[in-house]
Amino acid sequence: MSSGASRRGAWLAWVVQALLVLAVVAGAAWVVNHALEVLRSRGVRSGFDFLTEPAGFSISEGWLDFDASQPFWRAFLAGLVNTVRASVPAAIFSVVLGTLIGIGRLAPHVLLRGICTAYVELLRNVPLLVQLLMLAFAIANLLPDPTEPVRLLPGVWLSKGGLSVPWPASGEGGWWPAHFEWPEKGDFGVSGGAALSPEYVTIVAGLSFYSAAFVAEIVRAGILSVSQGQVLAGQAMGFSPVQQLRIVILPQALRVIVPSLTNQLLSLVKNSSLAVAVGYPELVSVANTTIGSNGRAFECIAIIMAVYLLLSLLISFGMNRYNARVALRGWR
Amino acid sequence: MRNVAQGPIAWRSELWGSPLRALATVLLLALLAWGGFHAVEWGVVHAVFRPDAEACRAVQHGACWGVVAEKWRPMLFGRFPYEEQWRPAVAVVVLSAVTVLSAWPRSWRWWLAPLWAAALLLFVLLMRGGVAGLAFVPTSRWGGLPLTIGLAVVGLALAFPMALLLALGRRSGWPVVRTLSASYIELVRGVPLISVLFMASFLLPLLWPAGWQPDVLVRVLAGLALFVAAYLAEIIRGGLQAVPRGQTEVAMALGFGRWPVQRDIVLPQALRLVVPALTNSVVGTLKDTSLVTVVGLFELTGALGLALGGDPTWRPFYLEGYLFIAAVYWVLCFGLSRYSVWLERRLGEGAR
Repeated sequence: MSSGASRRGAWLAWVVQALLVLAVVAGAAWVVNHALEVLRSRGVRSGFDFLTEPAGFSISEGWLDFDASQPFWRAFLAGLVNTVRASVPAAIFSVVLGTLIGIGRLAPHVLLRGICTAYVELLRNVPLLVQLLMLAFAIANLLPDPTEPVRLLPGVWLSKGGLSVPWPASGEGGWWPAHFEWPEKGDFGVSGGAALSPEYVTIVAGLSFYSAAFVAEIVRAGILSVSQGQVLAGQAMGFSPVQQLRIVILPQALRVIVPSLTNQLLSLVKNSSLAVAVGYPELVSVANTTIGSNGRAFECIAIIMAVYLLLSLLISFGMNRYNARVALRGWR
Repeated sequence: MRNVAQGPIAWRSELWGSPLRALATVLLLALLAWGGFHAVEWGVVHAVFRPDAEACRAVQHGACWGVVAEKWRPMLFGRFPYEEQWRPAVAVVVLSAVTVLSAWPRSWRWWLAPLWAAALLLFVLLMRGGVAGLAFVPTSRWGGLPLTIGLAVVGLALAFPMALLLALGRRSGWPVVRTLSASYIELVRGVPLISVLFMASFLLPLLWPAGWQPDVLVRVLAGLALFVAAYLAEIIRGGLQAVPRGQTEVAMALGFGRWPVQRDIVLPQALRLVVPALTNSVVGTLKDTSLVTVVGLFELTGALGLALGGDPTWRPFYLEGYLFIAAVYWVLCFGLSRYSVWLERRLGEGAR
């Protein structure tokens, strides 16, 4: 674009750019200054000093125990840990389910194709928030009471109280899990194993089902991008359909799939912020509670944004490393 | 694997061609029959369609569509005054008519812009009132479907020019402009929409002079537009990159200036290329408007909570209410995505 720019043009370009920088900096400074002034005039304290004060609210679940006497920074940390605790299983489930459905959409069986297509079209075209609220309502109202749970699989119980699944339990003195602890049904509900709260089940299941529809489309496009000659060559080698998929198609399809999948994982992590609407205490929910209790909106939103930007960077970095491994090297 | 054959004859071999396929067919048919049977039994056979709460509570394993028959107006129009609800209905019809008209590539002419401006003006006039003998309705009472569609349409309309500038800025020869545009795009795309909406609803009031609270609808709209612009910008940038460099070089050689080249030669081609991707983004924005319910606006999702949450008689039948609004969203979004597929094919034919 800069071709043909005369010396006078170049000068002008630098002057305009310098003015632009000045305008942006001045604008930002005015906005921050004005906001602080308004805050001060309303008697609202500002700054991040509140992070060391006791939070005054507790967080019901998560890997990090948190009670009301602990400081805010630990609440945010517990919220972040809860975000990860919901996003990672949801990412795994959605990639597995989405891959199966994506392959199913190309299966040589009209019924299977139809069911997979219906799944994608149904879930993709309804807002995730509506699906989450619907799931939350269904779990809270339509499932049986915790005293009469439904057995989904051996050792997997579902009720209004949530989901119980087998979980590795560490044996005497060792950190290595010695055996799986199986949930047992007693008179007062299910005990043992891992008890997952209804909110946690809602957000993980909702995110997984929704994202799987998008992953399926990515996988399908990836498979379709492999040239037909490759498939024919695989058939000529006497590969079975499963071998064709595993040896010929998927390795090449991954080159197309991975960049789009990265985008999808990024949006999955950002979508986990919707958990605030169904009462799962992740980062946004903690921030929202904090704003409600001390009014530090600017600081809390800044924390949310910074943390998500960091998470996005980490995922991009990891997935780009993976992409570099699956991408074609050499010519082309 | 591929080579998906079409038509009933191919289907017969797909369904019964080998023992394994036949087994899969039987299993899937059984699954469909089981699911279909339960769905029909719940949704039709045992369902109550009358707005009769007694009958709804009496039924054991059936849907209560009566909740929709009873509450469809607050679900679709939120807290808009009951006797004035013809106004949001007409407003939705007006926006839909203009949308359908602009969906036709043949009507992509100069008059579309003034037509849209007129339609949006009419939309606001109908919703807001206060003129031509219409009663004034504050934005705090707007809700339901008109708000969902209005937020999506106006949000996109505000975001588009900004996205255009950001996309051009990211490809600019000026490093400062390039850096600023890229930082904005990456920053916004890296955070959840909900944090942008929180910021709009909590922080924008701080920037206004004390005593004058900007309308919550305006704030949310600003947040939505700022967010959507970053995504649209990347789509437009993709289109700009796809226009061959030769086009620019030829035009410059013919004596076109830098701006005329972009405006008359690069942009029209770039935008044509990305129309399907933009349509997908419209679907995304339409779904995203549901999040404004988190900051207290009663669009379609929020209106449902409003219609059922405060009414103990109908509160147990939330699921049917959710299915109803899910169906509304689905019809809108599925229609748009089918349109996008159709358009891609049609524009592709033109380009060949």
